[in-house]
Amino acid sequence: MDIPYTVEARPDTGLYNAKVGIWLFLASEVMLFGALFSAYILLRVGQPEGYWPHGWLNIPLGTANTLVLITSSITTVMAWASCKMNQFGRFKFFHACTLLCAAIFVGIKSYEYHDKFTHYEIALADGRFADGHILRQDANQVVLHGHIVSDRRELFDLRTHKPQLGEIELKRSEIQSMDSYGPWHHPYNAIYFTLTGLHALHVIGGAIVIGFLWGPGSRMWETDPERFTNRIEISGLFWHFVDLVWIFLFPVLYLL
Amino acid sequence: MNAQHPDDHFRQHVRRYLFVFYALIFGTLITVAASYIPFGNRAINIAVALVIASSKAFLVAGFFMHLISERKMILGILALTAFFFMGLIVLTICSFADPPSFTIKH
Repeated sequence: MDIPYTVEARPDTGLYNAKVGIWLFLASEVMLFGALFSAYILLRVGQPEGYWPHGWLNIPLGTANTLVLITSSITTVMAWASCKMNQFGRFKFFHACTLLCAAIFVGIKSYEYHDKFTHYEIALADGRFADGHILRQDANQVVLHGHIVSDRRELFDLRTHKPQLGEIELKRSEIQSMDSYGPWHHPYNAIYFTLTGLHALHVIGGAIVIGFLWGPGSRMWETDPERFTNRIEISGLFWHFVDLVWIFLFPVLYLL
Repeated sequence: MNAQHPDDHFRQHVRRYLFVFYALIFGTLITVAASYIPFGNRAINIAVALVIASSKAFLVAGFFMHLISERKMILGILALTAFFFMGLIVLTICSFADPPSFTIKH
């Protein structure tokens, strides 16, 4: 039995079925990310004055990732336009670029995650706080590349207070507690990892689908090119949505 | 005979996509630059960033996702989604005006 309306428009909707399906799915995705954005608002407004972080993320890396996703959006739409113009070779080229962009995005994101898990805030016995990346540690001491502050609030606005970083040796006996910048560190980290982690899963999922259509799935071009082109359009709509979500995540998490 | 060849039609689209691509790159750079400008109140910085982000989102949704020429049914689905999304955000913001009596205020 053939699936109906994969190419021709359904008379009552005026659209092929997959297009209605993907838009309904994207509508549910808007509400999923909307719920997390509302959680972000609640967490941010609920923090005391001066305790919401600024400058904890690497802005050049976030900007680079934004440009990578924008580039992947244009290559995706060019891949679809190439199919429409019957240029299969160009389609292959543009979607290979999309896959490369997806890999670069996930690579940069992984680097940023690694940076957070190796970044520590250390409460010292004398009431001060050491902050930085661990260079080495043993049973007796911890060596950080970072800085020491007397007021913990100085750690929250790194865009205004540019710290002078250097190598710091701390004896274990001086350390009261130490905590990496994982999701447990602060509500900001919790919502950052939740939002960007969910977004990264969407990037990976989208890349798997695009990879299938670029590889084994592209055989359909020889038997049913119109249906294949529609598949490219549907996967492209999902990919643009992923780009659209990042357009809001970038300023909200990195810049504000 | 004034019918346009389908390939010419898509070539026009491609030119438009490239224009949108450059606009998105420009918008990204403006967003980063604006975040360094001290407007005197962080709320203004937030508003500026969200206005630029919304403009970029319009470009992506309108041109890359073809919403500006999409069928009414899709626009109807999205209008309903936008209504509920705005409701979610507005109700969240409104909740701060009426906190429960046991809320700890900092």
